[in-house]
Amino acid sequence: MPETPQQPRTPNVDTEHIDLAIHARGLVRRFGDLTAVAGIDLEVPRGMIFAVLGPNGAGKTTLLRMLATLTPPDAGRATVMGHDIATAPEKVRFCIAMTGQFASLDEDLTGRENLVMLARLWGFRPGAARGRADELLGAFELSAAARKQVKDYSGGMRRRLDIAASLIVTPGVLFLDEPTTGLDPSARQGVWRLIRQLAASGVTILLTTQYLEEADQLADRIAVIDHGRKIAEGTSRELKAATGSGVLHIALADNAQIEAAAELLSAHLQSAVQRSPEGAELSVLAGDAAAANAAIAALIGGGIALADFRMGTPSLDEVFFALTGKQDATDPENPKAMP
Amino acid sequence: MTDQSSDAQTPGIAALRRVPPPTPPGPLSNALVFGWRAILKFRHVPEQLFDLVMTPIMFTLLFTFVFGGALAGSTGDYLQFFLPGILVQTVVFNSVYSGMGLSTDFQKGLFDRFRTLPIWSLAPFAGLMVGDLLRHLIAGGIILGIGLILGYRPEAGLIGTLAAFAMLLTIGFGMGWVFIVLGLLVRTPMTVMTLGFTILFPVTFASNIMVDPATMPGWLRSFVEVNPVSLMTTALRGLMSGTSSLSQIGLALIAPVVLTVTLAPVVLLLYRRR
Repeated sequence: MPETPQQPRTPNVDTEHIDLAIHARGLVRRFGDLTAVAGIDLEVPRGMIFAVLGPNGAGKTTLLRMLATLTPPDAGRATVMGHDIATAPEKVRFCIAMTGQFASLDEDLTGRENLVMLARLWGFRPGAARGRADELLGAFELSAAARKQVKDYSGGMRRRLDIAASLIVTPGVLFLDEPTTGLDPSARQGVWRLIRQLAASGVTILLTTQYLEEADQLADRIAVIDHGRKIAEGTSRELKAATGSGVLHIALADNAQIEAAAELLSAHLQSAVQRSPEGAELSVLAGDAAAANAAIAALIGGGIALADFRMGTPSLDEVFFALTGKQDATDPENPKAMP
Repeated sequence: MTDQSSDAQTPGIAALRRVPPPTPPGPLSNALVFGWRAILKFRHVPEQLFDLVMTPIMFTLLFTFVFGGALAGSTGDYLQFFLPGILVQTVVFNSVYSGMGLSTDFQKGLFDRFRTLPIWSLAPFAGLMVGDLLRHLIAGGIILGIGLILGYRPEAGLIGTLAAFAMLLTIGFGMGWVFIVLGLLVRTPMTVMTLGFTILFPVTFASNIMVDPATMPGWLRSFVEVNPVSLMTTALRGLMSGTSSLSQIGLALIAPVVLTVTLAPVVLLLYRRR
């Protein structure tokens, strides 16, 4: 993936009078014995794209559902666009829209009927509702499929219709739960463009994602959560600085030298070394190319034969490794990190 | 605001213009939209009508021609006895489908969207009810039509038949709550159906729909006599033959009223909790 450093957009917020789109303090939600969200604070300024990044089961969806008034929190409080989610949920609902992980559409109805139905529920008169539906269908390249039943839509079309359904009335905050999971790369690019445009039009967007790349591409700010807790927050740049801007991947010609290589790398870069499950491959946060160069020189100087090496951006695994010291983001019960 | 972006993949700016919420609609308007949704479903999935009427049609034909003569002396007499009962059974069975529909909607995440909209909380259920009532009317009409072709004659004429259909809708409305509760509690539509029919088969068979309970053992007869389905059937027979009494109608209405009064708050509670 080519490195395209993105200038974080300055949110349209007067920092002197921070009126936050979302303000949460100590949100907790339990399901039986499982604590899905274990005390999360969140401050999202208006007009920002804010990503909640974490592995499956980290509590991302539960956090979103609480803020969208779908799941009441067990403890903590939150306001969305200034309205308390617990005491004034109906006011919150006037200024939010949520696009869930699974298309929340009526599959038996056509795309157009779905949008007209939602516009009517918002209170548009029949003519205006049809007008708004057609406008959105046109904008989302769905005009040709407007009169097809949603069950015949492709994954990308469903996702677009689902997002369109969230824009019948311009929301103050749009919640997107894993907006590109299950989409092919071109559909994913389309959704990304759409999200950027929406943010540019002033909509605050809170999205969840499992992909560091997605958060990196889209978000002004990223909160990393794991096991229901926020373990880091910042701009993508800040997070990368925390994890080291680049990861050095090394493949050894001889598996027997792996211990020696790991020791050398660790000593040189002052960073823990991860071993690939297949063996003979190591990755380590290098910081920058110069440091990586020096480390490679040290390896060669130490008589270690390299098969291959490359620099890459940290993966979600590596961010997690750096933030939590645990190697596998998707399987936190199984730490395989080197000491 | 007609500026369309040239980028084919990018939505036009016009659609992203700020659209403020219109004046919030009333609960009735919300409910009617959901009713409209139910009607659209009839248009897109007409097969559902087939599911609804095939069983009662089979029952009508089989019971009339196979058992009718033995049970009532002649198939004509039996049909005269049986038809109001099968109407009750049709409506009671049909309410299972609204529970299944609800369970499907939940599974698909559709209700998540409804619940994030600033609408009357009970509106989706009111819409389900509208769909149900339509289903009851259509299915009831078809069964009555077949009955008329086979020789059934409602002695109370048009007025009596209309009153009977009003009673049917009331029964359907009351029973509907039971399956909305089931639809909210049970995860999969298939389980709703299985559970529904497990309850409904004994309740409709151990009633006076198919036979006069006179020959049943005493313990069963005492159940049949207080079975709400029997009370409803008795009232419907009365209405269609012009022999109904106020007490018959009152007894038949107990169950629908009690179900509505007790289950509507339960539905609201479950819905908010879910």
